[in-house]
Amino acid sequence: MNFLFAPGFFASSPVHVALVVGGMAALVSGVVGTFTVLRGQSYSGHALADLAVTGGSASFLASVNPLWGFAGTGVIAAGVMDMIGIRRPRGRDLATGIVRGAGLGLAALFLYWDTTNTSTTGATITILFGSMFTIGSNAVPLVAGFGVPALVIVAVLYRPLLLSSVSADVAAARGVRVRLTGLACLMAIALAVSLSAVTVGAILSTALLVGPAAIALRLTSSPGRATVAAAVIAVVMTWLGVVLAYDSFTWPPSHDGWPVSFFIVTLIFLGFAAAQLAGRGRRVKG
Amino acid sequence: MVNAWVTASIVAVIAGVVGFFVVLRGAAFVADAVPQGAFAGAAGASLLGINTLIGLGVFALVGSLGIGWLSRRARRDVSTALILVLMLGLGALFLSFTVEYSSEIFSLLFGEVLGVSTTEILPVALLGAVCVLAVLLLFRPMLMSSLAPESSAAAGISNTRMELIFLIIVAAATSLTLPVVGALLIFSLMIGPPAAARSLIASPLAAMGLSVVLALLTVWVAIAASYETNWPIGFFVGAGGAVCYAVGRVLGWWRTSRASRGRLVSGS
Repeated sequence: MNFLFAPGFFASSPVHVALVVGGMAALVSGVVGTFTVLRGQSYSGHALADLAVTGGSASFLASVNPLWGFAGTGVIAAGVMDMIGIRRPRGRDLATGIVRGAGLGLAALFLYWDTTNTSTTGATITILFGSMFTIGSNAVPLVAGFGVPALVIVAVLYRPLLLSSVSADVAAARGVRVRLTGLACLMAIALAVSLSAVTVGAILSTALLVGPAAIALRLTSSPGRATVAAAVIAVVMTWLGVVLAYDSFTWPPSHDGWPVSFFIVTLIFLGFAAAQLAGRGRRVKG
Repeated sequence: MVNAWVTASIVAVIAGVVGFFVVLRGAAFVADAVPQGAFAGAAGASLLGINTLIGLGVFALVGSLGIGWLSRRARRDVSTALILVLMLGLGALFLSFTVEYSSEIFSLLFGEVLGVSTTEILPVALLGAVCVLAVLLLFRPMLMSSLAPESSAAAGISNTRMELIFLIIVAAATSLTLPVVGALLIFSLMIGPPAAARSLIASPLAAMGLSVVLALLTVWVAIAASYETNWPIGFFVGAGGAVCYAVGRVLGWWRTSRASRGRLVSGS
């Protein structure tokens, strides 16, 4: 047992926070991510994560907890993207890209001001790649505060979301407010990626959003089961990533630990590859 | 300073040309993902003490082809996302191994046009010319395969081969342009100006030309503004791309509404 869990793992307080916050972020990402993939909105998710960078850098300037910046910008960005609102995927991707480009340009500005005006030199790295072990326990209620609404949105809008993901026209005919549902979904995505931006960084929150969901959808075609599976996979991989990152503190070359985000992303990718192979096996047998 | 203008102009031409097909093929996410993956390669190369351009190029190519390969087995947007984050995860790893890095990361991500040396211009210009030439030579088959895949297959054009060539060109264009405008914003140049051009002009070749012109304008304004204010050039490129796109959409919408009004007025 000791070979997997380096000594001091279970006693370490930063580890506890990492597991709790990381777990919550993963849970929300897995659930929301299932619908992101079903709706083909992986790019929007990625864009929202990057836009969260803008918010994160702004909050460093204002010396607030980055989560506010991430979430605030994410929600605003979701609103803007929905306003530019184009239904066809191509046009939507273009609009997403433009909003993202503009937002990142703004982020560049904020980060530039960050580094020249304040003394936080590591701002760029923290925002982009996360700070799992330095979150601080006062973030826990904050994370829950943002995570619960995201889960509530998905729970309340479950049927309309499913319907409009499969066919917007059928959904509209059935009385579903497609536009409103779409906006709510984007908001949920924004919240989900904001949470994981804190743990694994804005750049990699897409992995938590899309990866476990993609894996789950490879394993089962029922959306309900996929949502649960995605959440479980996301949490497991995050925790495993935390374990490995803690272990890596003794590894070369810097003996300072490899980034948690790297482990989580690699695990997700391996999981996806495995699910791919498993899927092929099933088809051959059937 | 002259170097900056020359290099940026070359970048704009490449972005305008390649970006035209990015928009046409609906490959915005791919064009966005490849530069970010390339950034990871640059980080790795720097770690190993190799020229960052090589790291850029290798990861751009591997990423681009990886997306192409995975897309044949899974949805395109999911494949792009996964390859992207895998490479970024590696990038995070590489970055964690280095120590004194912040400003170089910043310029790789957001651009540092004023730091281009004279010796770097020639290879960029040559490779850029090769990219542009490739696109122009393959213009018709690429156009057909982008707009009407079934007909092109019937006409003997291999869609998979066109896709492959497209991905390679995107990878090459990325590696060339990234050091100037930065990983996170190169694709704003590849998307905004071409999207605007397409809203304004129907003829493909002319639209591509306009796309280049708009890209050049964007870049020149960005350099001037960046030089004046000392703010990162990426900010102005991102804003410029958005402005191009917005203007294109407004003008396009205005033209279509005028056309339909004209028809109403002229009667039966």
